[in-house]
Amino acid sequence: MGLRSIVLLLIATVALLAILSLQSQFQIFLPGLIEGAWMTVRIAALGCVFAVVCGVTAALLRLYGPLPLRWLARGYIEVFRGTSALVQLFWLFFVLPYFGVSLEPFTVAVLTLGLNVGAYGAEVVRGAIQSVPRGQWEAGTALNMTRGQMLKRVILPQAVVTMIPPWGNLFIELLKATALVSLITITDLAFKAQEMNQTTLKTVDIFTLVLLIYLAMSLTLTIGMRSLEKTAGRGLARGRVH
Amino acid sequence: MLWDWNYTWEILPDLLSAAVITIEVTLLGFVIAAVLGLVLAILRMLGPVLAAPVSVFVEVVRSTPLLIQIFFVYFVLPKFGVTIDAFTAGVLALGIHYATYCSEVYRAGIEGIARGQWEASIALNLGLATTFKDIILPQAIPPVVPALGNYLVALFKETPLLSAIAVLELMQTAKIMGSETFRYTEPITLVGLLFLIMSLVSAALIRVVERLLNRRYAR
Amino acid sequence: MIADANRPMVRYDSVTKRYGPLTVIDQLDLAIAPGEKVALIGPSGSGKTTVLRMLMTLERIDGGVIWVDGEPLTHVERNGRMVPADGRHLRRVRGKIGMVFQHFNLFPHMTALRNCMEAPMAVLGLSKAEAEQRAAELLAMVGLADKTKHYPAQLSGGQQQRVAIARALAMRPKVMLFDEVTSALDPELVGEVLNVIRKLGAEHNLTMLMVTHQMGFAKEFADRVAFFYRGKIEEAGPPDQIFTEPKSERTRQFLRAVLEAV
Repeated sequence: MGLRSIVLLLIATVALLAILSLQSQFQIFLPGLIEGAWMTVRIAALGCVFAVVCGVTAALLRLYGPLPLRWLARGYIEVFRGTSALVQLFWLFFVLPYFGVSLEPFTVAVLTLGLNVGAYGAEVVRGAIQSVPRGQWEAGTALNMTRGQMLKRVILPQAVVTMIPPWGNLFIELLKATALVSLITITDLAFKAQEMNQTTLKTVDIFTLVLLIYLAMSLTLTIGMRSLEKTAGRGLARGRVH
Repeated sequence: MLWDWNYTWEILPDLLSAAVITIEVTLLGFVIAAVLGLVLAILRMLGPVLAAPVSVFVEVVRSTPLLIQIFFVYFVLPKFGVTIDAFTAGVLALGIHYATYCSEVYRAGIEGIARGQWEASIALNLGLATTFKDIILPQAIPPVVPALGNYLVALFKETPLLSAIAVLELMQTAKIMGSETFRYTEPITLVGLLFLIMSLVSAALIRVVERLLNRRYAR
Repeated sequence: MIADANRPMVRYDSVTKRYGPLTVIDQLDLAIAPGEKVALIGPSGSGKTTVLRMLMTLERIDGGVIWVDGEPLTHVERNGRMVPADGRHLRRVRGKIGMVFQHFNLFPHMTALRNCMEAPMAVLGLSKAEAEQRAAELLAMVGLADKTKHYPAQLSGGQQQRVAIARALAMRPKVMLFDEVTSALDPELVGEVLNVIRKLGAEHNLTMLMVTHQMGFAKEFADRVAFFYRGKIEEAGPPDQIFTEPKSERTRQFLRAVLEAV
């Protein structure tokens, strides 16, 4: 969908939410749902940051690390992409304590989501780095730069621009995946929805609100990432000069 | 102890029969996704009046968590008179969710067909339905089969979400075992390994299919 | 190493390069004196670009040694034998070579000025102020004093190539390599780049090695021309000799084909 349609959809969503919140039958749910939404946002934000760290580290290790670390990175990527976030979440939540590691559910949530999305992110980073034209590396060699200098000053800045759209999609996936943490007792938006549903059985009202809130968060994130795409692409030629 | 091998062999048969449920859910869900996805893709091409609501629907489904959609189908549909069991609700929710992704794949495949094909069909007076059935789809679908295969694997990996509405697939079975014996390590690790193996195998299979198709349909 | 006026600046000593079963450079022996300007000409696939790229360490050598300013480039001498050099030695010797590419390879996310500043700061350790001053002077020398804040996407091909020359010069190399630097330019932009190279030749005592299809320029500018064919130097000598009285039939055939195309 074009940026304009997305903005329109967001406006419609927020408008609908506003209209519903003015009605008393919906109003009672709002405080609890907003509290849950705030938890969702916190987990998503921290998870995204951790995902970027994991993704960039794994990609660089996979591309330029010493052989054992290269295999470690490869293993990490395959395992976390080959199993779903929920399986990873349950494993880290239920099984890790038996190995002596006792973490708070919140930490488990951020860690798991970050590792999961980071594994996909690693492939995005790798693809972006490999898409920088070879001539850039050769120019760096001709100027006698070290590989680290070339990566830092020439290659990665160009790779970052290519990376933004796919990372944007991954961040949306992470936001959606936060709903899973409700299954390990974290009181996020999905948890609050289930809780309220079980006590009041006002299923349609609650889940309509919940869907709208998630939709609003998702669309806002999409708009943010698309704007970032545009500003980062300034100065660089769209398409290659040669 | 850290890993009880006796316990592992004990639970393996039950886990394997739960795996059958997982596979059933996956295949049924994917059939819905593949068919509904094609319907959505075609609807979007039939003019702006149909395209707009379908686009909005696709965007809404792709922007909200699958878990919420599962809850929605399971809890909300009964309010409108449609009572379904957890298994059906799960399959439906998965199917609808992934239909939206499949519709994008089909769209890309259809748009990849050279314009000349449409024009030749018009010149031969073939009619829209025949054009789609005999000319466009047979060319559009083979190149997108790998992408569809990837969504099959993705759908398969999301089946554990159905444990939230107590469908007795792999994850739910593992959780029940764990809560009964207080040993979560073996069941959940085994489930993880089973998923990992099955997803690595399917990824390899998809690559083989891709190579076979490329040979037949090289552009 | 004692400075020796007769010592070549660059020497290819029986250098060989293979791509699988294909021998691209076949035991090349070539010595280039300090300040000499050598043009490499020949049909595509003859290996002339590879000769440059090996010197710039963009391609690995499969046999022989390349000497730069009296030192081996990719090897060190140990107990009378040549062993592969470590990174530090390689970078130290390589620092004397600069290269300008056919497709410019400017850094698209940096201004012209920044392109010329980056390596002096990162590699030579210049301060930002020093690097900026040097870059500004060089850009002025190539005629782009008013384009320092422009990005490569905002410059014409000829302007980009001139920035590329300034960028290479900022590292104060002793040897400059030019790999078909005008081949990717529209014809009307070729002259401005050749003028800069002429200026370089006149004002600085740089050793220059250029692969080129600009025969007129080679004839007027080069001290020596080497004609490459199938990985070996078929014929080499002063431009007058090569262009007016070539000794080899292959050289004659090549020149005929090239000059006919004009």
